[in-house]
Amino acid sequence: MNLFSDPRWNEAWTHLPDYLASHVRVSLTALLLGLLVSLPLAIAARNRPLMRGLLLGLAGIVQTVPGLALLALFYPLLLAAAALSLSWFGVNFSAFGFLPAVLALALYSMLPVLRNTLTGLRGVEPSILEAAQGVGMTPLQSLVSVELPLALPVMMAGIRTAAVWVIGTATLSTPIGQTSLGNYIFAGLQTQNWVFVLFGCAAAAVLALAVDQLLALIEAGLGARHRARTMLGAAGISALVAATLLPSLARPPSTYVVGAKTFAEQYVLSALIAQRLRAAGLSATTREGLGSNVIFQALASGDIDVYVDYSGTLWANQFHRNEIKPRGEVLGELKAMLARQGVTLFGELGFENAYALVMPKKRAEALHIKTIADLASRAPTMSVAADYEFFSRPEWAGIRGSYGLDLRNQRQMQPDFMYAAAASGEVDVIAGYTSDGLIAKYDLVVLDDVKHAIPPYDAVLLIAPKRADDQALREALQPVLGRIDIAAMREANLRAAGGDRSASPDEVARWLWGRIDKIKN
Amino acid sequence: MSQTQPQIAFDHVAKRFDGGRSAKPVVAVDDVSLEVAAGEFLAIVGGSGSGKTTLLRLANRLIDADSGTIRIEGADVRGADPVALRRRIGYVFQSGGLFPHMSVAANIGITPKLLKWPDSEIAASVDERLDLVRLDRGVFRDRFPHELSGGQRQRVGVARALAARPNIVLMDEPFGALDPLTRDALGDDYRALHDKLGLTTVMITHDMTEAILLADRIAVMREGRLLAQGTPSALSQSTDAYVGELLGTPRRQAERLNALLPKGAS
Repeated sequence: MNLFSDPRWNEAWTHLPDYLASHVRVSLTALLLGLLVSLPLAIAARNRPLMRGLLLGLAGIVQTVPGLALLALFYPLLLAAAALSLSWFGVNFSAFGFLPAVLALALYSMLPVLRNTLTGLRGVEPSILEAAQGVGMTPLQSLVSVELPLALPVMMAGIRTAAVWVIGTATLSTPIGQTSLGNYIFAGLQTQNWVFVLFGCAAAAVLALAVDQLLALIEAGLGARHRARTMLGAAGISALVAATLLPSLARPPSTYVVGAKTFAEQYVLSALIAQRLRAAGLSATTREGLGSNVIFQALASGDIDVYVDYSGTLWANQFHRNEIKPRGEVLGELKAMLARQGVTLFGELGFENAYALVMPKKRAEALHIKTIADLASRAPTMSVAADYEFFSRPEWAGIRGSYGLDLRNQRQMQPDFMYAAAASGEVDVIAGYTSDGLIAKYDLVVLDDVKHAIPPYDAVLLIAPKRADDQALREALQPVLGRIDIAAMREANLRAAGGDRSASPDEVARWLWGRIDKIKN
Repeated sequence: MSQTQPQIAFDHVAKRFDGGRSAKPVVAVDDVSLEVAAGEFLAIVGGSGSGKTTLLRLANRLIDADSGTIRIEGADVRGADPVALRRRIGYVFQSGGLFPHMSVAANIGITPKLLKWPDSEIAASVDERLDLVRLDRGVFRDRFPHELSGGQRQRVGVARALAARPNIVLMDEPFGALDPLTRDALGDDYRALHDKLGLTTVMITHDMTEAILLADRIAVMREGRLLAQGTPSALSQSTDAYVGELLGTPRRQAERLNALLPKGAS
């Protein structure tokens, strides 16, 4: 297959104006905010050793926090702040997407700016400082017309480093709801769409290099007192901002926002929902790759309007329940608990995406393992792999408790790679998802949960409080309810993981709808 | 009255610096009293650590004295705004102290600019000062310090000190880093300017020969104390051994040179 004739490049291009515009907006705002905070701080600290040490130390600590974690931390922080602001001042703001991304990225940009500004200012020769004082400059005049101009090359180097970092790290703001070039990367990783991953990486790199070069132009102009170059660089940055803002301003604001978590099934379902809304004449957009906790909060606070969650996830994560109850009771109680928060549980889609312990069929047969109870006796010699959250979820504690399961070691993996790892024997058992098409593809088998340690995971459609009485939305989505069986979802998931052009979530969603339609008629 | 009032007067002035965390404070200037008359050219001579630079910097409040009184044109400097004070006293720094990111014209015009002179007046003053220090206006006005030789840089330094038309000029080892020929020419040129503009000049130097050749009066400092002051000839009567040693060096050099070089060579 020729990589460059792949039609998915075209699909990637169609997203570019939106993703790039959001990316530029969030990273340049963050950079600007970071500069507004860092520069005065650095200037104030230049002759204060204690403050200098403290600032650099704090900025250094921030830098050691992985970008993804820093971004994720700002979301609950801002949620709390928004709640306080609402109760104290009656002012509400969205803790979703833009704001937490800007704040986290601004914080991230501070270290290079602080460090280089301090280094630059402190590198000015004492004899020059004395001369500035001697010719009759006030401390402020000395700072503005001598120290800052002389420190400028070093400061600009720091600002350029910060710009490149911020633009790179902004790709990680997708899970907290900020659209960015990271949308390509997250979607590509989940749906094994390497064209998207490549495209996202390349776009972010080109953007970072372009901004870096424009800043270099400004730096060269300022250093050589060359007004034309400075203006050219500034014009370039302004043009970049304008070019990325215009298309998104021209686009009509979409009314419905459909959320999706970070795995392929969610991408397909959000695409399906968006398609159904559009088919009903409503305008819709998707926010993909959202973290499991972020997405519920985003719905509850109205930042997204609708998404698909799973009863067991809500039961355990959102409401911290760990008792195992029959499906119907779980759904009934969930409906009531969600309603108290204003969230509507509109209905089930018809399939379950539960966690399940999965192993190669041949090996299971050879070892006479059919159930988790059978596995428990063999467990001390076996290794298990799961996604990033499973081992800290109550289900895992439940399974281990119920079956006395004690495995040799446990590993965390990107979900898409787990099945292959199990098939190749790299790990013995994985905690897979029952709706995953890869179970059949790799000839794996789901071990029976005879003690019902794993709660039910019915896929359910949730609607935001502000859309609770939206009849148009309900009518558009009604045809989907109860119509997606496990076989359909498995095949859809398998197609989405296919890695070719028919694997885009939109294509798969269209196929899925076709199948639903056929059954209906 | 105004004729007899000294232009600069140090009265029992002392300054000590903290010697760091554990060391004792260092006495940089120890009970110095010294007067400089209007129109006078005073050289302060001493080795490194003698306190001569500290004394100079006390005069325009680059540092403040611990005790004693300093008067400039009759007024106690403690009552003056230090920034305003510095703008009306010319200061020539060791090896120029030019701002590397500013052109020659911007360097020379800096104090007038700080004093908010109109641009046309600043430009006129810059050109006039370039003439005074014998640098071609057209050639040097737009150059940057790194494009100048050491001697040219120091000429710009002098021009800058004179730009706001001060009555007093303080010079901190202004010619120390220059080669002997340049140094000689620049010293003579400055002395001529001093006379022509009716300046009062205090020059720091460690070179007694330079002091004798340029100054009206010489003050000798050692370990923060003023050992002797007077005209070169008066100073040669001093009984102080260190002063004698300082004065002896140029004389011995002159005698050896005379012996080594054939007569009439210059």
